[in-house]
Amino acid sequence: MKVRVKFFAILRERVGTGEVTKEIGEGSTVRELWEAVKSDYPRLGQVEMRLLYAVNRDYVNGDYVLKDQDEVVFIPPVSGG
Amino acid sequence: MFRVTQKAIDLGELVRFVTDPEAGAIVTFIGTTRNNNEGRRVIGLDYEAYPEMAEKELARLGEEAKKRWTIQRMAIVHRIGPVPIAEPSVIIAVSAAHRHDAFEAGRFAIEEIKKSVPIWKKEIFEGGEVWIGTQSGQPLNIDREVRQR
Repeated sequence: MKVRVKFFAILRERVGTGEVTKEIGEGSTVRELWEAVKSDYPRLGQVEMRLLYAVNRDYVNGDYVLKDQDEVVFIPPVSGG
Repeated sequence: MFRVTQKAIDLGELVRFVTDPEAGAIVTFIGTTRNNNEGRRVIGLDYEAYPEMAEKELARLGEEAKKRWTIQRMAIVHRIGPVPIAEPSVIIAVSAAHRHDAFEAGRFAIEEIKKSVPIWKKEIFEGGEVWIGTQSGQPLNIDREVRQR
């Protein structure tokens, strides 16, 4: 199955694009997706920070099980205001 | 009214939006871009958002404020893209029957924005640029930023 992964801010700069489509196995969790994306883009592995996960525009835990066509965003520490 | 915008924020529009005949107070908070941070001379700030989720989270914290305090209406607009020094990056307006609730709800809103709304600030300073909150080895930088304001 496929999921859409969007990148923002420092992660977008490290990846070099704002969005990719990623093929993953059934039952994959959002944390497993992050590990897979990190091996695609080794520069992400240099990022030391607390990441939050969002699926379909809601925060989720790392053990959230993904579904086909989900929109996933890895959220670096926010700094609005 | 909960939104992100590329344009300059119109304070009057927010005040008109929250104006309510049952309100005895309107409190506004304007976050502005400061020309210095941690000893650096800041030239400008560049904000980026995950816009659909940012607007959803702003609305969610507005709902949360309504549960905690007796308020009439709330409006939050956050600017994204480049924001020149001394201009508003975020404006919050809240109306309530009584001032205490309006102040408290407004304070809550700005603190929550800094914790949970997917918006990021890149600081452009003399000699470099940095995404605030993501410096390697300084994961608590956001908290420090909140305390400084």
